[in-house]
Amino acid sequence: MRIVVCLKPVPDTAARIKVHKDGTRVDPEGVKFVLGPYDARTIAKAIELRGAAGGGNEVVAISAGAASGEAEAKKRIKDALALGADRGVFIADPTPENRDPLATAKALAAAIKGLDGFDLVFCGRQAVDDQALSVGPMLATLLGVPCVTDAVGMEVQGSTARVRRAAEGRTEVVEVQLPAVITGQRDLADEQYPKLKEILAAGKKPIADFKFDWPATPAYHVVSLSPPPEPIAGKIVGKGPEAVPELFKLLQSEAKVLTF
Amino acid sequence: MSDFRGVDFFQLDDLLSDEERAIRDSTREFVDRELIDNRRIEECHRHGEFPRDLALKMGEQGYLGPTIEGYGCLGLNQVTYGLIMQELERGDSGVRSFCSVQSSLCMYPIYTFGSDEQKQRWLPGMAKGELIGCFGLSEPDHGSDPSGMETKATPDGKGGWVLNGTKRWITNGSIADLAIVWAKTPDGIRGFIVPTKTPGFSAPLIEGKFSLRASVTSELIMEDCHVGPDALLPGTVVPEGLKSPLMCLTQARYGIVWGVVGSMMAVFDEALRYTQQRTQFDRPLAGFQLVQEKLVWMHTELTKAQLVSLRLGRLKDQGKCKPHHVSFGKRNNCWAAREVAKLGRELLGANGVCDEYQVMRHLMNIESVYTYEGTHDIHTLVLGQHLTGHAAFRG
Repeated sequence: MRIVVCLKPVPDTAARIKVHKDGTRVDPEGVKFVLGPYDARTIAKAIELRGAAGGGNEVVAISAGAASGEAEAKKRIKDALALGADRGVFIADPTPENRDPLATAKALAAAIKGLDGFDLVFCGRQAVDDQALSVGPMLATLLGVPCVTDAVGMEVQGSTARVRRAAEGRTEVVEVQLPAVITGQRDLADEQYPKLKEILAAGKKPIADFKFDWPATPAYHVVSLSPPPEPIAGKIVGKGPEAVPELFKLLQSEAKVLTF
Repeated sequence: MSDFRGVDFFQLDDLLSDEERAIRDSTREFVDRELIDNRRIEECHRHGEFPRDLALKMGEQGYLGPTIEGYGCLGLNQVTYGLIMQELERGDSGVRSFCSVQSSLCMYPIYTFGSDEQKQRWLPGMAKGELIGCFGLSEPDHGSDPSGMETKATPDGKGGWVLNGTKRWITNGSIADLAIVWAKTPDGIRGFIVPTKTPGFSAPLIEGKFSLRASVTSELIMEDCHVGPDALLPGTVVPEGLKSPLMCLTQARYGIVWGVVGSMMAVFDEALRYTQQRTQFDRPLAGFQLVQEKLVWMHTELTKAQLVSLRLGRLKDQGKCKPHHVSFGKRNNCWAAREVAKLGRELLGANGVCDEYQVMRHLMNIESVYTYEGTHDIHTLVLGQHLTGHAAFRG
């Protein structure tokens, strides 16, 4: 079984994000990039499904050059290799500022088609920076395979995967014929951290370069980017049950979250 | 991923290799999961217990004897070893002390002074954390001046030795499987590997410590403790006196230089968060000038200590590090960690004395770290001797 894990380096959620001077993207200067929390879970699940390394199954970590730059993207592939992935594929992107989810999905699809077959492709449900939530489903379409989104658990038996997915207010269990694309939620697996010898071994695992002819113009582009409005300072209206009437009144009149 | 993001004012991360950073981050996560997030270290500190199962987990991670080549060890460089010590001590100085003693004071002398048979016998099990070591140099009446030691090793006439004497302030003593014991022989001071089950050997716990409570500290008592010829570390040199044990101490002191940076990071991070979140006089504490002055002082000393550690580590990796360089680092960084912990405690006010917060535990731990492995004053005299050529600690 060949399992592909798609990774995107994302800004550390603890980083102070600034808008780039061009006004359309996050300024990567001084920002630490990390494996996204959803990607970290899909890697853990992929390693679990593969079982022990060298048993005929393999996990391939793929990343396209993102806004973080080539070096950071390769580091995140190395992270996946340290966590147990067998090899990596890197898709260089000379103009990441032009990128949109469709182009990324096309690049990933091309790299995956070049792998001599695959059984499962994992994507995190979303990248925590732009939150487009679209690469996974588009990738499935381009590969011509089904897509199960928001997986919170799964098992594989033969060529069938049984996937638990988080739907609104309920959990669905679906069966899907492989190959398929699965997008993972945080509950898909526990995030792992590598042992030291695995970090050392990762340095010796191969990362292949895959050349992709990126479209010259994006399918859509960001016109402007602005930080969220400053949060309004909180207000303490009192303590205990006697504060409830005032709180209720303010939730109706000021916050307008109660409409009755 | 750990919630702790480190403190890196001068972008020192840029000076680390990918591998060094990855190992630092992995160790940070280990400490979060095994000690901090589950509040295990608070429990161990409160009850005066060493988290014994952690030895095996540390072995599995690769933290024990990590610079040694072979024998199940990883052959890491000195900067990586330092980063591991830093992260472990961000959790607790006692936990880092366990690792320092195992790696630098026990595995290092076996690796450096031991025979092939001794290395094969002891090192693989120690690397896994299945066998625990302790290091017996200090004695009840001989701390800063170990050359006055009274412990004796007498030849038994058949190639073996009979050990008599008492060692004190021995980390890991009561849980150890083997002790590296330094003793006076007719030829001078030599090192011995003493299995702790040897008749005549006992290791009572030192009770009532206010510091390093999550670490075991003991006496080693040897009464006609008879060991075979295979106990002597053949590479311990005579007649050069204390050179061999001091070589071990230089390794351990190097780890402390980095370790206390971890303690400072923990304390500074906690103080910064606390003063930003706590409001007094309608303003966050962090908005007051007096509070900012303390935070800036802590941050400055922490940053300087980081620079010292990294430079020392690179020198050590290049084979250029001398014992006086290590004395500089141990003296400066432990002093800074002690002062930083005191200020951190102040900034947390009354909350700072409760173990709901970590600062008081670090403050109490640092009193030991400031004192062991050469006190602040002894390192001052080592540096004084280096600068002037006069050994002020000799008569």
